[in-house]
Amino acid sequence: MADTIRLKVNGVARDIDIDAQTPLLYALRNDLGLKGAKYGCGLEQCGACKVLIDGQALPSCALPVSEVAGREITTVEGLCEGEVLHPVQRAFVEEGAAQCGYCTAGLIIGVVALLEENPRPSNAQIGAALERHLCRCGVHNRVFKAVHRAAEEMAR
Amino acid sequence: MSRIDDALYVERDGRISVFMSKVEVGQGLKTAIAQLAAEELDIDFSRVLIVRADTALSADASYTAGSNSIQTVGEWVRRAAASARHVMLQRAADAWGVDATSLWVEDGLIKERTGVRQITYGQLMGGRTFDCDIIDDISLKDPCRYTTVGRSVRGNDLVAKVTGGGSFIQDLVLPEMLHGRVVRPPGPRDMLIDLDRDAAAHITGVLAVVRDGHFVGVVAEREEQAVDAANALRAAARWERSAPLPSSDAIYDQLQTGEGRSLRIVDGAPVDGDVPEVKVPADAEQTLRALYKRPFQLHASLGPSAALARWNQGQLHVWSHTQGVFPLRGALAQALGVDVEAVRVQHVEGSGCYGHNGADDVALDAALLARAVPGRPVRVQWMREDEHAWEACGSAMLLQLQASLDARGHVVDWNHDVWSFTHSGRPRASEGVSNLLAAWHLETPLPAPQARPGGGSHGGIHRNADPLYAFPHRRVVKHFVRDQPLRVSALRGLGAYGNVFAIESFMDELALATECDPLDFRLRHLEDERARAVLCAAADRAGWMSGVKRGASGAGRGMGIGFAQYKNEKCYAAVVAQVCVENDQIHLERLVVAADAGQIVNPEGMANQLEGGVMQAASWTLYEQVRYGANGIESRDWDTYPILRFDRAPEIEAVLLDQPALPSKGCGEATQGPTPAAIANAVFVACGARLREIPFTPERVRAALAH
Repeated sequence: MADTIRLKVNGVARDIDIDAQTPLLYALRNDLGLKGAKYGCGLEQCGACKVLIDGQALPSCALPVSEVAGREITTVEGLCEGEVLHPVQRAFVEEGAAQCGYCTAGLIIGVVALLEENPRPSNAQIGAALERHLCRCGVHNRVFKAVHRAAEEMAR
Repeated sequence: MSRIDDALYVERDGRISVFMSKVEVGQGLKTAIAQLAAEELDIDFSRVLIVRADTALSADASYTAGSNSIQTVGEWVRRAAASARHVMLQRAADAWGVDATSLWVEDGLIKERTGVRQITYGQLMGGRTFDCDIIDDISLKDPCRYTTVGRSVRGNDLVAKVTGGGSFIQDLVLPEMLHGRVVRPPGPRDMLIDLDRDAAAHITGVLAVVRDGHFVGVVAEREEQAVDAANALRAAARWERSAPLPSSDAIYDQLQTGEGRSLRIVDGAPVDGDVPEVKVPADAEQTLRALYKRPFQLHASLGPSAALARWNQGQLHVWSHTQGVFPLRGALAQALGVDVEAVRVQHVEGSGCYGHNGADDVALDAALLARAVPGRPVRVQWMREDEHAWEACGSAMLLQLQASLDARGHVVDWNHDVWSFTHSGRPRASEGVSNLLAAWHLETPLPAPQARPGGGSHGGIHRNADPLYAFPHRRVVKHFVRDQPLRVSALRGLGAYGNVFAIESFMDELALATECDPLDFRLRHLEDERARAVLCAAADRAGWMSGVKRGASGAGRGMGIGFAQYKNEKCYAAVVAQVCVENDQIHLERLVVAADAGQIVNPEGMANQLEGGVMQAASWTLYEQVRYGANGIESRDWDTYPILRFDRAPEIEAVLLDQPALPSKGCGEATQGPTPAAIANAVFVACGARLREIPFTPERVRAALAH
């Protein structure tokens, strides 16, 4: 049964007709065409689908879309301002912190939330904050460097 | 693949399209190939367009595997690009009535050295093809004149990846696209007895339920509808369960007792004839023996496999992240009972695969489901459990090493016995059999082919079984075991992971027995200068402390080293691991890798591959083992098959040794073998636990300490 749900994503409110139990991830990817968040497990285990919900990085793969109606959702697409990348996105590019890139969008969301809460995290704090993100290509070390680089830039 | 036109095309605007006959799997191949083409053509890197592999466009280069791409396709593209430049200069010279040697090229613009005439590649070719062969004896650019090759370049698509720009097959949307999901049996050989096809009828949007033998799937308008419908069908399906799997704990007994064939390996390749007995030589001062174990492990791609398929009047178009568009085309045509010419397979990048994952299988799933809705493309993405439980695993291995040392502490006799199943299960057209998963489940099934021992230099089981060390006598034997309990196929490095783990762990055991520093002990037995150089470079960067590495008792910090040249002919890699062991917990602190892959095309890409390879091998080594038993596959998600996480990730440094005058070799698999040995050797130094079974769980650390 389709319901009409109003989602506020990247600052824009959109009404979509969707079963209220549908995970947010499918609404973002298939109804709104925002392909940044990825399906990785559907079990909230890997972090590939993370988005910001009222500033908090949360997995979207099992979260019913009805529960986030009216809340501020930000996806990786919403981080740039026009052509200008968010400092965290820029840091990932500058550090080459991706291989296949499937985990990247979720990680960037996780890092944005971390730096919001803790502008100068230590390696241990970064590791703990990103513990629920998986990367299979093994760019972990580069992600740590990207976090420090972004933190420095954002502190300027 | 002998024509220039097979490799590249000069667009009217002067950009160069290069047709990828191998595929990008996150290893950076696209970028490196573009650099090679740009270099030989004297054109800016940014004006090279990479066209993805497509059976309708590309040359057939079979699979992208074995760290071969840079060496084979890279070389081919270099020669095609150099030939294209040569032909274009000649054509310009003919048109202007001058000698080609009086012309030169600046960023795709052909100019006279002493005149004013100039023409771009695009103007000269005017959209035409070359219609000529790659020149046999074409001379390539002198590396000292390189401006692009050897320079670090980041992939052009990195910005798309950080901004969510759809770049994966999982993101591909086609007009009128539908969504499909499959319902796999509970266990590998279970048979469908009954399916209530109406079980999904209450779900909105369901367009087709497909059943063909034991293959079940569903097509729906929306993705979540397909997921819900598949779940409803799964709940309603009744299966006849096959005999339960033996426990994963029994695997090494099965390897040692299973039927198969034993083959002696000489110079890296199997030879016919009797397998000699192990004999201890007369001058042996001491003889050591050890047994090493490597379990089944997963590729475990982060993004479950996906494919799109569309049937149109008997013609099938498939979009896939396969590693081989041509072999997949053949296998699909065979499984679907259509002519190979009726199938087009187009490559679209997926999540990193690290070998043969579910990419090919899901392509057949999509084709089977799309057949129920002709004219409309169907997108199928596997669920997490589909990928974990149904992908082909990396093969389990059992390794027994025995070596004798003389009074001077030199190895005088070396024995390496490796028991394993096949490491090759990739699909390709083959009479009456198939390596595509769904083909096994069809009403008219194509069963999996009977595994056979692979031949060739450094094939699956015996890859890197023959050590590079200068031992005066060696006996290397592979014991191919025929019937594997789980589906297996190529996982990054194949047998090199287990073989090098065993060889390089055993080298440390021997070094200790001779009271020798492990690095010195390796150098004592290595004549190859490039091998010695990577070992020394890794040790230097890591701050290697020379001395006899005797295990501390119970806890502490340690450094260990591991080395191999991949397949004894590709990239040389040495890894140093620094670990801290507290109680039974191994903390990886730092990993240093030094590598020599000949001429470096893209230092940044090479470093990323090496670092990633080390990190992934560390994950396999500390955490990964497929668990299974009477209830089937137990490793079905990231909780039941844990991998390395950010809070346990070590620092990594890569040291690149460039050899501008030597051929470029692939480096993507070079670190898989050295890494587990470096970690095991470091753990031994840190706490005295000699770990010979992967993964290095806390239980195994405790058991080794108690031993």
